[in-house]
Order: sequence, then structure tokens, then C-alpha cells
Amino acid sequence: MTLTDYGAYGGRYVPETLIPALDELERGWREALADDAFHAELHALATTYAGRPTPLTLAERFAPGKRIYLKREDLLHTGAHKLNNALGQAVLARRLGKHRIIAETGAGQHGVATATVCARFGFDCVVYMGEEDMRRQKPNVERMRLLGAEVRSVDFGTKTLKEATSEAIRDWITNVETTHYLIGSCVGPAPYPELVAELQSVIGREAREQLLAAEGRLPEAVVACVGGGSNAIGLFHGFLDDDDVRLVGVEAAGAASLGTGRPGVLHGARSSVLADDDGQIADAHSISAGLDYPGVGPEHAYLRDIGRAEYVGATDDEALAAFRDLARTEGIIPALEPAHALARARELDAELVLVGLSGRGDKDLAEALAHLKP
Amino acid sequence: MKQLVIYLMAEPETPELARAAVDGGASIVELGFPFSDPLADGPVVRRAGERALARGMRTQQCIEVLARTRELVDVPLVPMTYSSLLEAWGWERFADDIASAGATSMIVADLPAGEHGDARRVQLVAPTSTDERIALAGEQTDGWLYLVTLTGITGARDEVSPALAGLVARARRLVDVPLYAGFGISTPAQARTVAELADGIVVGSRAVEVAEQGPDALRDYVASLREALETVAV
Repeated sequence: MTLTDYGAYGGRYVPETLIPALDELERGWREALADDAFHAELHALATTYAGRPTPLTLAERFAPGKRIYLKREDLLHTGAHKLNNALGQAVLARRLGKHRIIAETGAGQHGVATATVCARFGFDCVVYMGEEDMRRQKPNVERMRLLGAEVRSVDFGTKTLKEATSEAIRDWITNVETTHYLIGSCVGPAPYPELVAELQSVIGREAREQLLAAEGRLPEAVVACVGGGSNAIGLFHGFLDDDDVRLVGVEAAGAASLGTGRPGVLHGARSSVLADDDGQIADAHSISAGLDYPGVGPEHAYLRDIGRAEYVGATDDEALAAFRDLARTEGIIPALEPAHALARARELDAELVLVGLSGRGDKDLAEALAHLKP
Repeated sequence: MKQLVIYLMAEPETPELARAAVDGGASIVELGFPFSDPLADGPVVRRAGERALARGMRTQQCIEVLARTRELVDVPLVPMTYSSLLEAWGWERFADDIASAGATSMIVADLPAGEHGDARRVQLVAPTSTDERIALAGEQTDGWLYLVTLTGITGARDEVSPALAGLVARARRLVDVPLYAGFGISTPAQARTVAELADGIVVGSRAVEVAEQGPDALRDYVASLREALETVAV
């Protein structure tokens, strides 16, 4: 049984070997949620270690004539929203008695967040990363190694996040008795999509409160980039019950699992995936390694189907333009992933807009500068 | 007689290879329908799947290979694949089409007992499975129960998993169907050791490797496993 009903999406499409571990994780998660000590520890880590709450910044020069607010997860420790999830799962792993942590990473931000919490908690850490992504995101590979993690290169298939995730799951199948799989997005078998969404929903809770304080009203639209979809789901969760607030997810045009995908099964869950007529998973493409994934969290597929959220695409070039423009108008270098959200947000038919700035762009400098004309 | 299950990836040559395996003593043939992201598989089967996909082996072509294999051998043929293929083809349509092509049941590696109860299939249990799950898989399974001998993915290992004996003992107590054990079995000595516990064995990765050398090599290899099984008292 899944914890949360995502309609026809979600589930546990994994080998039997993992089912008892998922049951154990689900029990542990339920107990943690009901335990004040868990929440107190998370709150203490968020405020004294991670840097929460993150600020809300009005980007006046980036989008003249609009009021675009940026939720600054780029200012979180390690430079992206991924730490919210990694810290929560690390506390959970310790409660479950697991001392070895594995993770997959695309852009490297989740790998860095995982390596960081493993250093902080004294866990052994192995991060799987596609060879192509290791090339694109070299500084993050170096950060993970400095933090004491072992980075294992995945050199087959697409050599990106899809293969890194498969390989992490194979490691988990092999070492499940000692190991916690610290999945980085709201994907995977139940209870992961719900668990990650809950740990990231701090973004939306804070942003809603901050925006109300700044403007005295709710935004017309909330915009966030969607790869696996964890920063978007975290931001959206703050506004799900506000029926008048539009929720807009922005996918990379070449990796639009929701925009051009079909129902399918990938990495343990039924969701909307890029696949051919036979169910073979298709290659995604994006300049942004964090969005370069042919699947998406099942809750996004559900929110799309029931019409609560809408999903649009942005091209590599549009993201690069927004990346440069935010740097030059606001003095903020965003990651290429939220640059996709920025590209759509500034032309949206709405005046008061909240954008999830999910991470900072230091990791992307080499890749972006190679594509941008001076 | 102990059952000997041989796994082969579905490719154009597979019908002849399956016949060689049966000539060598295979009593069931599993036919892998390749999937782009095979979570339960180690490098050998994964690479074989990548090769098959590169050669155009999609669901329709795999069903055709199944039908041609059916014409050459008279042992049960069991397609083994992943949920994504059934999702795309249609769950009922997939079951109907493979049955029409001569399949006896199927195995879906990423579909544990309890999910899609409508899809009749051979269920798998693992050393990590609880007694409740073994009982559930035993109730839902189609014909026999696939015991995953180890906590891990497919692929040859040096030793037979020490977890197998306990798993067999629990399964004997909880379910009333034949138990065939697979994952990590590649040598005649391992075949004998496992067959002393279980009612049959499944050999995948090594069979896929040997099949690359052609039907004669595969027949000889399977015969060496069959010979080892003959020495086990039933």
C-alpha cells in the first residue's frame, strides 16, 4: 500500500529483495513523523547547520513591471535545496540503524548534499554518477571527494542520472541490510516520493509565510523547475490548498517527462516517463544535468492529470539567457536548472510570481560559459 | 528429476540456442525480453539486453522469437521481463499474446507479490523476504516459486549463497509448490549443492555468456549441469 494516493501513479515496482526494506523505511518514517524529537532535531539542523529559513528576494530588475520573488534555496548550505532532503533522510537512517549511505546524483548537488550529511553524521558514503555528468559537473565531484565520499562512475547506457539511479538501486539490492538509499528526488518506490516531498515542503511553507508578510497576499503563480521534481513539489506543497494560486512546473524541453511523456514504469514507480511505444526508456537531453532525466515523481503526474498543476518546457537557449540575465540584473548566478523556471516566469501572464531558485550556478560556470556568447 | 531452468536473452538466434539447451537437458527455458533499465540484472544480462535492443528486439520481435522457439522445443517457455514492457503493451494483451505464442506463465522481475495480482506469473522470494511475504508469493505464484538465492542482482558468484538453506527451509514450511533457486549459480558443483536443497535450479548469466559461443557450446554446458543434477538423490 502506498502512503499517499497518487491516483494510478506511484507504487513499488522493485525486485522482491527490497520490499522488506521499503516496509521498514515506511514504518520508520511513520514513527519519525509522529515523534516530536525527530521534528526538533530536524529544526535544529535546519536553523543551526543548513541556514534556514532562506530569504525571499524581490527581483525587480530581472523582470520590470512584475513582482517576481525568488525563494533562495541557492543560499542554503551546499548551495541547493537538496540538503533539506539529505538531512532529513540522514536522521531517519540513523534511527533505522543504517551506517552506510548510497545515493545517485545528476548535477552533483544531491551527491554533495549526501556527502555533506554523511560527513556530519559519520556515515560511509557512496555516490553513483554518470560519466557524462562527472565531466559536466567536475567541481561537484571534487567537493564530494573532499567530503569523504566515494564517487563511482557509471560508464554505460546514457552515462547520466538515469543510469546512476539504476546502479544505485542495484547497490541497494545487494547491500540492503546495512545500507540506506538516500534518494535525491521525489521519485522511486513508495514511500520515497512522499517522504522526499514532505522533507522539501519546508520550502513552500516558508515561502508562503514570507510572501504573505511582504505583499499581504498570495502569489498569482508559483513556478519551479522539474527534473525528478523535488524542489517543485516542496514549493507546490505550500500552496496546494490555495486554489487560486497557479502551480507551474518547468521542464527542460528535451527532457519533458510530463509534457511529452507517457505512463510507464521507471526506477520503482509508475509515472509519466519518456519512453517508446514498447516501454523502452528514451534518452533525455538537457544542458542542465539536474533536469536530464526521462522520469518524474508520481505526484507531479497526478497533479498534472487532475489539473492542479501545469507543466511547460524551456529550451537550453532560453535557460542560458535567463541564467545570464539574472546574473547581470540581480547579481545572483542561478543554477541552470532554476534558470528554466526563470525563463518561463518572466513571460508568464501574471504579475505577482514566486519562483523557486533551487540552487546556485557555480557548478555550471564552465558549461554555461562554453555556450554563452560574451 | 530435478528441474533445470536455463535463461536466454531473446535474439534472432535464440530458438536454435533453446533447442541446444533442451538437448543438453534443460527442462524449462526462460526467455529474456530486454528492457533498457533492468534493475535486477548484473552486467552480463544487462549487456545482453543492450545488445538485443540495439538489434531491434522489441516486444513484437520477442514474441516472434518465442513462437519460433515453441516450434523447436516442447519444454515450458517462460518470458522474463520488466513491468515497463507490460505497461506499454497492455497487461492483459501481453499475457494473451505470449500465451498464444506458446509461453507457460511469465516472470516480471520488478513486480513483487501484491502488485498487479491480476497478472498471473511466477513469483520470486528472496532471503530478505518475511514469512508473510513468502506465504503471499506462494499463494499467488503460477506453478513454481523462484527462490532468489542471495541478496543481490543476477550474475555468477564464487560460492553458493549461505542464505539459501534458510530460505528453502522457510519456503518448505510456508508454501506448497516446487521451489527452483536461481541467481549466482554457474558451475556444475554449485548446481549440485543447490539442487540438494531445492527442486530445481535456474542458470542465467553464465548460460547467456556460453550462448555467445553458439549452440554446441551451450548444449555441452547445459549437459554438464544436467549431469551434476543427476547425481542428486530425489
